[in-house]
Amino acid sequence: MGSWYWWMLLGMALVTYIPRMVPLTFLDGKKLPPIVSGVLSNIPYAVLGALIFPAILFVQEGNILFGVIGAATAFLIAILGGGVMPVVLGTIGVLAIYSLFL
Amino acid sequence: MLKKQFHSGLKAGTSIAIGYFPVALTFGLLAKTTGLSLMEATAMSLFVYAGAAQYISLSMIKFGVDPVLIVMNTFIVNIRHFLMTASLNEKMHRAPKWVKAVYSFGITDESFSVIATQKEEKVSTAFAFGVSIIAYGSWVIFTAVGHVIGANLPAFLQAAMSIALYAMFVGLLVPSMKGNRKVVMLAGIAAAIHCFFYFTGLLSTGWAILVSTLASAVLVEMFYARRGQAVAGMYPEKGDE
Repeated sequence: MGSWYWWMLLGMALVTYIPRMVPLTFLDGKKLPPIVSGVLSNIPYAVLGALIFPAILFVQEGNILFGVIGAATAFLIAILGGGVMPVVLGTIGVLAIYSLFL
Repeated sequence: MLKKQFHSGLKAGTSIAIGYFPVALTFGLLAKTTGLSLMEATAMSLFVYAGAAQYISLSMIKFGVDPVLIVMNTFIVNIRHFLMTASLNEKMHRAPKWVKAVYSFGITDESFSVIATQKEEKVSTAFAFGVSIIAYGSWVIFTAVGHVIGANLPAFLQAAMSIALYAMFVGLLVPSMKGNRKVVMLAGIAAAIHCFFYFTGLLSTGWAILVSTLASAVLVEMFYARRGQAVAGMYPEKGDE
């Protein structure tokens, strides 16, 4: 790659950093209207819903069963009260066995 | 105290580090096949640190797309972080601006999810640093490793590990859903809207996540505000609950 690559990298770094930095830095200590802060406090749970579905079903291209088994395993372990790490490792384990033997 | 917070941050971030491992490894490998040197590939993970945008940039580089367009696309893919860090700000302890400017670099979908779903009402700066550093370290190091070894994990493990980040999201979400209808509604509606965008192809992934998250957060908030008013109207003596 030529020098253009490094200029592009600089641009990519800036446009990635700005959306991360501006709200955290400039909203610090600001009191927002209750409705706005209510919506903002909802964001984490809404984001999780949007990040999980539908992507979890399509982690392996062309094999939706793989995603369904993974999702079911993750939800099952989580509902049974496993912490984050048991959910992650347990789901990887089940899918490793599935793709090794089936 | 500071040290303890930092350590529990490292611990909470470990599942991100595991999840990033196969994704970064594959990124390093793909970067190599795209023609990036070890330094160029690692520098992208080091300075940009944005999984989806980095992957897309590789395919755009391969097709000789104008670098300006690659930068613009990166911005579009990452616009959703405005929403996440605005939300995160409500959750974080106050800190000097420069400190927040430093750790904000480490906020990704994954570190945001881990930090924002902590049970404590406010989260310390040291905790955020702990989560960010272990995740970032994994991303950068395994990008380089992927480029150097130029090979992937065994197929069965690669496939199985591709679920890791999603499993982590499930592990973060489910405990909050228990006994909390609002959380169930928030996640369910956002998931439904995202599925709609996915299957209709109406929006690209970055926008789809942004729009479905915001729409769900606003709708549910309106629903609860109206219900609160209705209840207050019916039982005026109960006050403004």
